[in-house]
Amino acid sequence: MLEIKNLHARIAEDGTEIIRGLNLTVKAGEVAAIMGPNGSGKSTLSYILAGREDYEVTEGEILYNGESILELDPAERASKGIFLAFQYPVEIPGVATMQFLKVAMNEQRKARGEAELTTPDFMRRVKEAAAELKIAPEMLRRPLNVGFSGGEKKRAEILQMSLLEPKLCVLDETDSGLDIDALKIVADGVNALRSPDRAVIVITHYQRLLDYIVPDTVHVLYKGQVIKSGDKTLAHELEANGYADIIDAAA
Amino acid sequence: MNMQTGMKLSVAETALCEAYDHAIGELPGDGAVIAARDILISDFKDAGLPTRRVEAWHYTDLKALLRAVPAFDPAASAAKVAPLVEGSTVLSVVNGVADTRGSVDGVTLRTFAEALADGTAAEGLTARDSDDTIGRINGAFVRDGFVLDFPDGTELAAPLEIQTTQNAGQTHTRFPATFGANVKATVIERHVATGDNAAFVTTVSDISLADGAEITWIIFQGQGGADTHLGQIRITLGTDAKLRLYVINAGGKLVRQEIHVVVSGEGSDLQLRGINLLGGETHNDVTFTVGHNVPHTTSTEVLRNVIFDRARGVFQGQIRVAPDAQKTDAKMSCNTLLLSDEADFSAKPELEIFADDVQCGHGATVIDIDHVQLFYLMARGIPENKARAMLVNAFVAEIVEELEDEPLVEALEGVIAAWLEKHA
Repeated sequence: MLEIKNLHARIAEDGTEIIRGLNLTVKAGEVAAIMGPNGSGKSTLSYILAGREDYEVTEGEILYNGESILELDPAERASKGIFLAFQYPVEIPGVATMQFLKVAMNEQRKARGEAELTTPDFMRRVKEAAAELKIAPEMLRRPLNVGFSGGEKKRAEILQMSLLEPKLCVLDETDSGLDIDALKIVADGVNALRSPDRAVIVITHYQRLLDYIVPDTVHVLYKGQVIKSGDKTLAHELEANGYADIIDAAA
Repeated sequence: MNMQTGMKLSVAETALCEAYDHAIGELPGDGAVIAARDILISDFKDAGLPTRRVEAWHYTDLKALLRAVPAFDPAASAAKVAPLVEGSTVLSVVNGVADTRGSVDGVTLRTFAEALADGTAAEGLTARDSDDTIGRINGAFVRDGFVLDFPDGTELAAPLEIQTTQNAGQTHTRFPATFGANVKATVIERHVATGDNAAFVTTVSDISLADGAEITWIIFQGQGGADTHLGQIRITLGTDAKLRLYVINAGGKLVRQEIHVVVSGEGSDLQLRGINLLGGETHNDVTFTVGHNVPHTTSTEVLRNVIFDRARGVFQGQIRVAPDAQKTDAKMSCNTLLLSDEADFSAKPELEIFADDVQCGHGATVIDIDHVQLFYLMARGIPENKARAMLVNAFVAEIVEELEDEPLVEALEGVIAAWLEKHA
């Protein structure tokens, strides 16, 4: 589903290279965990997948279902099924959460040549998905992410993900700032989306989230490269021994 | 009337003087009214239209900007329009003439033409000061409008919409309103063009809020792209009175809306909210003065300006605090979203504080679309143009939502969205 080949990318503004020859393949149905110390390029990778303009790809390729996405803007990528759950969801005062959800769902449907949702159908979908994630209706009446607690923001991201039904889900440190109950709710939401035609990339610092979202593959990112890949036991190894051994071995 | 001074008149000045000579025989008014009108037009002739050398008009050089004034056109076709908020009581002025069939439950109502005819309006036909060009022109030419008297304790169940519609010629109206003690009402003063011909419109509202009155007054200006609109609202606030004043400009070629507030009752609160949606070659000026004259009063002023194309916006805001107006709390902010390199905005805040125990402040910002917010919306599949429109809308929707009156908020958001769709 996703093939990243020899990717090099830098910050557009000052030219700092962050991703330095990254290779990664994620198959449909796979849950891939990306771990790594601070500053290894994890969040940058997630932004590049989503198409944020602040980063410039200087070399390499990102193929999604065999096609390059580098020339697509974020909205085009989203309508093709790529979803980024933000580490820091953005507050937008003045944009009502419900209106935002409706526009996003319908714009994606339009881009795919599908009919727009009727209001009752839309309301029903949101109500059901919100109940699963224990999101109170009052929260949905507020402006987008405004006044949401850290945990509420993360749950709102997963709500958007379940409503938009993407094919490639990228979760950027969705576990940060969550207590254990919220973590379980979020993990249940993600697990409910696991399916043979969908891939999930979980970016995290800690093993903890991976107890609830059990990955098929684990990749260690360091200085903008994947330096080691393995199965879920690699995550346990990292938890027990830290990154130092792997970094030393790769050096 | 002949010009007595040696000043060279501009085309617009000449047109106004000639219009007065033609109109004076037709305009309603007894001897006292005619005398008041004569003084105003004579002062106008002496001073002419203000230029940038007049401080109050520094950013709106009316002499240069007002190129022409259309003649009165009694045959101009204009028509009533449906109210902004469904279910509102409507009082309408069509092509400058009030519809006498209107009535508002519990409110004493007469047309301004009647008040001119019997001379009771003469007293109010004065300029505020020597730079009050709007008061002068309007006082000289005013033909109609409504005089509203809300008895103590009146509570309006539905919004009252006072609308003026025009399509050409000139319209000069006044809407003096007296709100008695503890009156609760929402009034929408709405000026709209029903065609594309150039119209010249002036309007002055004198409103006073007695003790404990709670009024929401909304000025919605949706004139046509060739129109000149000169509006003024003069306000007096009594003890514990609360006024929410929304000024929304979404039309016109040359616009100046003045707001002059005298705070004379302790415990009173003024909330001014302004939304200026400017596109094309519009020149739009909002000029605000407030005098806090007694202790323990509050005012907040928040302006949000969205500017496209080659439009130019002006905000002048003056807060004066009298020596014994201790504990005044007044805060003013003016935020502008500039969406074109050729768009322009000038903000001139002024604080004149003569009391020592007050909280007063002002701030002005000019911003562009937040690119992180834009990325977030696009990352959810919303195309760039639509995402931008949502963010522009959000910038102004924030203050509309403060009204917390669902039908009103929806109606205003509707007209704002329609304007943005047309201009963005």
